Amino acid sequence: MSALDGLPGDWQLVVGLEVHVELATATKLFSASPNRFGDEPNTNIDPVTLGLPGALPVLNRHAVELAMRIGLALNCSIQQCTFHRKNYFYPDMPKGYQISQYDQPLNVDGLLALPDGTCIGIERAHLEEDTGKSTHSGGAGGRIHGSDYSLIDFNRAGVPLVEIVSRPDIRTAEQARQYVTELRGVLLAVEASDAKMEEGSMRVDANVSVHKPGTPFGTRCEIKNVNSVRSIGRAIEYEARRQIDLLGSGDQVRQETRHWNETDGRTHTLRTKEDADDYRYFLEPDLVPVDPSQEWISAVRSALPMLPAARRARLADATGVAADSEAAMVVVDRGQDEYVLEVGAAGGDVSRALVHVKEAWADSPSVPATDLAKLTTLEVSGKLTATQAKIVVAELIANGGGDAEAIAAAKGFEAMAADTLGPLVDQVIAENAGAWAKFCAGEGKAMGALVGAVMKLSQGKADGKAVTALLDARRAQA
Amino acid sequence: MSERISAAVVEKVARLARLALTPEEIERTTAQLSGMLEHFADIDALQLDDVAPMAQPYPLENVFRDDVVAQGLDRDEVLAAAPAAEHGRFRVPPIIGLDL
Amino acid sequence: MAGAIEIAAGVRDGSLKAADVVEQHLTRIAAREPEIHAFNLVMSDEARARSDAIDAMVAAGDDPGPLAGVPIALKDNMCTHGVPTTCSSKILAGWKPPYDATVVTKLAAAGAVIIGKTNLDEFAMGSSTENSAFGPTRNPHDTSRVPGGSSGGSAAAVSAGFASVGLGSDTGGSIRQPAALCGVVGVKPTYGYVSRYGLVAFASSLDQIGPLTTSVKDAALLLDVIGGHDPMDSTSIPLAHPSLVDVLDQGVEGMRVGRITDLPEGADLDVMERTEQAFDAMRAAGATIVDVEVPAFTFGLTAYYLIAPAEASSNLARYDGVRYGLRVEAPDTNAMYGLTRAAGFGDEVKRRIMLGTYALSAGYYDAYYGKALKVRRLIHDEFERAYQHADVLLTPASPSVAFPFGAKGDNPLAMYLCDVYTIPANLSGHPGMSVPFGTGADDLPVGVQVLAGTLCEPQMFRAAAALERAVSAKVQP
Ligand SMILES: [Mg+2]
Ligand SMILES: [Zn+2]
Repeated sequence: MSALDGLPGDWQLVVGLEVHVELATATKLFSASPNRFGDEPNTNIDPVTLGLPGALPVLNRHAVELAMRIGLALNCSIQQCTFHRKNYFYPDMPKGYQISQYDQPLNVDGLLALPDGTCIGIERAHLEEDTGKSTHSGGAGGRIHGSDYSLIDFNRAGVPLVEIVSRPDIRTAEQARQYVTELRGVLLAVEASDAKMEEGSMRVDANVSVHKPGTPFGTRCEIKNVNSVRSIGRAIEYEARRQIDLLGSGDQVRQETRHWNETDGRTHTLRTKEDADDYRYFLEPDLVPVDPSQEWISAVRSALPMLPAARRARLADATGVAADSEAAMVVVDRGQDEYVLEVGAAGGDVSRALVHVKEAWADSPSVPATDLAKLTTLEVSGKLTATQAKIVVAELIANGGGDAEAIAAAKGFEAMAADTLGPLVDQVIAENAGAWAKFCAGEGKAMGALVGAVMKLSQGKADGKAVTALLDARRAQA
Repeated sequence: MSERISAAVVEKVARLARLALTPEEIERTTAQLSGMLEHFADIDALQLDDVAPMAQPYPLENVFRDDVVAQGLDRDEVLAAAPAAEHGRFRVPPIIGLDL
Repeated sequence: MAGAIEIAAGVRDGSLKAADVVEQHLTRIAAREPEIHAFNLVMSDEARARSDAIDAMVAAGDDPGPLAGVPIALKDNMCTHGVPTTCSSKILAGWKPPYDATVVTKLAAAGAVIIGKTNLDEFAMGSSTENSAFGPTRNPHDTSRVPGGSSGGSAAAVSAGFASVGLGSDTGGSIRQPAALCGVVGVKPTYGYVSRYGLVAFASSLDQIGPLTTSVKDAALLLDVIGGHDPMDSTSIPLAHPSLVDVLDQGVEGMRVGRITDLPEGADLDVMERTEQAFDAMRAAGATIVDVEVPAFTFGLTAYYLIAPAEASSNLARYDGVRYGLRVEAPDTNAMYGLTRAAGFGDEVKRRIMLGTYALSAGYYDAYYGKALKVRRLIHDEFERAYQHADVLLTPASPSVAFPFGAKGDNPLAMYLCDVYTIPANLSGHPGMSVPFGTGADDLPVGVQVLAGTLCEPQMFRAAAALERAVSAKVQP
């Protein structure tokens, strides 16, 4: 699709994404309370989590390792890093500062390739702690403004986060959707996070600006609260148009943080940069630098599983479909690609297997690969029609496997051999002189009608390819 | 560097630090900070370009804990010490006028 | 008064009852505490119950540990589970920590008896204990004078015999200066020697917990108990420390004692005289005196008063009225923050929060905090060089003997100058201790400071023991 997709005039969209993911650790980033979603409020707390006087943070080794996995999967370089304090007041931030990484993050300079081959640069992927959760009560139901008071749960405070900051390389809302989907696939593959946007274990902020090609980037706005892949596209498109309208009517875009409202489909000012944040970053004196050894880094790298892009390529090689075809995307996303290849290894036909797996199963296939292999062989050897094969697969699923040939036989599905098929074809030619004439005159549509008639006569037992072959042969003789 | 710090800057700093200072306190603090900054100007003369900053006295690296859950705090004991709590949560006045 | 070593020995062999020891100290407290006000909280009941339990252990043939039955005074900025820990601040008044500091756990395991929580300058910010929200502590040697600070409560408690030993915290001299003014031994160990877990932070990269005792030997015993690696403190040094009690008798034969030729001026004459006599005493004990230079020493004050407040401004942000401590109600959370913190913090704390916030804020960081960190490196490196020529250095611990209340008036800088000789060791992380060395003006105690290199506590204690021997050979202070 064109880079200017959906934007009026020659306006160019420029987007960078900041994605926060909660790491799949057993405990928090700096203390031994459980990192668990959905528990009773304030039950996963300890002196560090609550920022009690005298409490001190101690870094979770496994959190660092998961962050390294993410960095390596995103082709980042892993470097010696430090932690800083980001000082600001908010009731769900227990210490009055967030421990984060500032000028020396763990992972830098990576990239993520989208299915269509576009490369999006990764500026950094750094470790930081999550905040607690506030719920706003009374007043205008659950919204900050107009609420009577707020209640704070610190279970989430101190949960390890990795913030993945892309370069402003994204040019369309669709690319933004693809980036988030692909990134999510990578995070799941390396088992660094469960990356559930609906539960907030994956959160996306978008930095959006517009400009005319060849001119400097425009003023950007940061869009927060984009909680689904779908709303990412909507929020970016809305915001781009808002900015273009402003500029079109001679106004300026104000640099500010805006809040995406799913219900009214608009972004709203959260705060302007005029009340400029002054976070007073300084090195966290309670923690020491982290410098992963080469041994550690290569151990993590060699333990990395195959990533979605590579698995799609592998499936494409085996089946002949395009790596970014829907079939490849869906099957790899569902983690069914291994199975498809097993069918091939069992002597079956992988391209037919790909089709059946994609159609028949939403998750891991429930039939032994050898059984599906048998079915695909019958199919390609013309002994079963596509329609019949579908029915047999349904039967295999119902029985949790079985002998495709036996099932086909039981259903009376042996595709007709040419000798029994010939007479039917001749009968159809005789009964459809008009269509036959058109067919001989080379009208493509007529062929469909004739094949359909033969199928009808054979009660679906005829193999479409065989029928076409016979018709061509008859025409050649005519 | 040791320019006298203005009351306006002191007011901004007080906002950053979440200290509701009275006008008298702002005035007194402005004078006292100015005096200190005057005195602290003694390091301006030092040639520090090729000196690396030192944030910690003892050089340590790669200090970790294992990812193992340990007994946490009792919620009731903690909430009992809170200025206000409700439904197992800490209660605060409406959150407005805050940099989010 | 029996020292901690003698008490522990007696209690362990059953010749002394921990209960009697506690009663003796409670009696002294009853007699003079109203006048001294060393404590924010006297834990009479807990102490009695604890001493009975220790006597029971001994009776049962168990060993309560190296501090068996030793009454100890804890500075009120160390967390004690279920026992109020206030930092002498309104903002924490009545707060009961739900956990124990590591030092408290180690003291319990060693059989010590916590007899009370002692007064301090609010959040350890001060040099006179006048900045306590609960009123000042008086110097047992002259109740019209300050005990020094910020660990003035612990220093006074040990000096007055309210406790056999005490713990303080030292960020810029807060153990060594009050020790000098109260005539007791005070130790600031190498940064990372003692765990900070459960010590309410003032300035994280400078804070260290250390002993306040009546003898060098008791200080060694106490430091042997509380020292050592703690996995709960990431800055704790992962090394086993040699026993300091064992090195005390080794003497100073051949030890190189350094004199800082460019030491900042400003110490009173009586203090300088005593310091000179300390060099003589070391020479007489077989040490050799060498001259060293630490040109950046004089810039320590500026570096410290930019770095410590900067860290403090962040460390004290957690007192926001949300989870514990004081809250002043207001229509919205932001207003609640401002009013709570304005009402809960005293003037000196507010002043340092303001200074530190300013030093870190956009546009000023490089000129102040950033530059201070470089000066800190300069000071550290110069001391490292000095320790290549000298095993220990001697300086005054405090520029003057104990001063009258209000003597520094409303001039913060005058008070800050009290720490001019102690501050550099906090910046560099090196150990330092103050040893009573006779008296000065008005027969008030003078302390001599012994400084040593990183983890050179053994040399430092040997030197301190030599000075102690020299004093006791002369007239008692
Ligand atoms: Mg961000
Ligand atoms: Zn972040």
